[in-house]
Amino acid sequence: MATDTSGAEGGLVFHPMDQFIIKPFFGSGEVAWYTVTNATVWMFLAVIAVFLLLVVGSSKRAVVPSRMQSVAELAYGFVYKMVEDICGKEGVKYFPYIMTLFMFIVCANFLGLIPTAFTPTSHFAVTVVLALAVFLTVTVLGFVKNGASFLSLFWVSSAPLALRPILALIELISYFVRPVSHSIRLAGNVMAGHAVIKVFAGFAALLAVSPIAILGITAMYGLEVLVSFIQAYVFTILTCVYLKDALHPHH
Amino acid sequence: MATEPIDIEMAGTCVGPNGSAIGMPQLCFDWWGNQIFWLVLALIAIYLILSRVALPRIGAVLAERTGTITNDIAAAEDLKAKAVEAEAAYDKALLDARAEAQRIVADAKAEIKGDLDVAIAKADAEIAAKSAESEKAIADIRASALENVAVVAKDTAKEIVAALGGKADAKTINAAVTARMKG
Repeated sequence: MATDTSGAEGGLVFHPMDQFIIKPFFGSGEVAWYTVTNATVWMFLAVIAVFLLLVVGSSKRAVVPSRMQSVAELAYGFVYKMVEDICGKEGVKYFPYIMTLFMFIVCANFLGLIPTAFTPTSHFAVTVVLALAVFLTVTVLGFVKNGASFLSLFWVSSAPLALRPILALIELISYFVRPVSHSIRLAGNVMAGHAVIKVFAGFAALLAVSPIAILGITAMYGLEVLVSFIQAYVFTILTCVYLKDALHPHH
Repeated sequence: MATEPIDIEMAGTCVGPNGSAIGMPQLCFDWWGNQIFWLVLALIAIYLILSRVALPRIGAVLAERTGTITNDIAAAEDLKAKAVEAEAAYDKALLDARAEAQRIVADAKAEIKGDLDVAIAKADAEIAAKSAESEKAIADIRASALENVAVVAKDTAKEIVAALGGKADAKTINAAVTARMKG
């Protein structure tokens, strides 16, 4: 999110996508699979943030909580209630997995809002892995828990018989589109916000429009704060909904 | 970070020779392996942190808090019941004390009345005795007065008779005076 995008030639040059380039954090060179890159560093910082909030924050085990512990308890209660409300009692077993997803996304999103930071969740590589993990887990779990009757998820028994094959086809397609929408929604939102801020920042080099540009950056930043949380929430709640389908496939 | 010089070696299918991204860096699959590897590591790390330490601890703290609150409410209800009990006991004690006080007052009144009756009876008896005594004295005085009157009358009659020049027979005069006085 560096703001100095004006080109060396003096004219306005926009490189809104350059902030998403992956490069080695130490030194330079090729990016191999094991290289510590800027993405690695910010994922690591997200892990540290989760650790600080949930482990260090709750280390006193106070009955009357400190501020940090309150936030940790709030996050716990927020996700726990979401899982319990949507998936029911059987879903509570999967609460740590869902909490892991939520905490990673929310921490990565908010850390990415720090100027000059890198946002791992703006990359499809990350969100596709998250979404595919959910999709595969839910599908496997559905078949393990319900056997072949998991397929009744696609057979809408409340619809007229003639419509059911067509609905089944639609349900099947929508089922396989889930991971795509699930991943693109998150990465797209985060990427778009960051790119728009970058475009506004490019305009800030022009003296005449720079106040408007700075106002625009401020407004977008506020929006991005909302988006950071809302997208993490949406990702988590959709995960819960998919998990509910696996646990109770009958409409 | 955008204008940081990027080494020529980095330039390739995803980064142009001027250090700028070609298209969307998100779609540069050369970088996917790296991100996926580190992402999986990060998720495993977070999962271990959460499931081993953070979630059990926070769950325990929340359960403990619920327990503490329930206990405190129960204790508060206990104390409230005790307070009501104490109030009832206080009221009862107050009533008892009042009844006791009334009893003591009645006793004292009765005692005082008894004493008073005794004293009055004694005083009445004394008064009666005194008045009887006085009546007797008065009767005596009256009797002696009558006697004196008889003596004085007889004497006076003798003197009168003597003064008139008669020779008074004492016996006759006495008899005459006594007869007059009876009449």
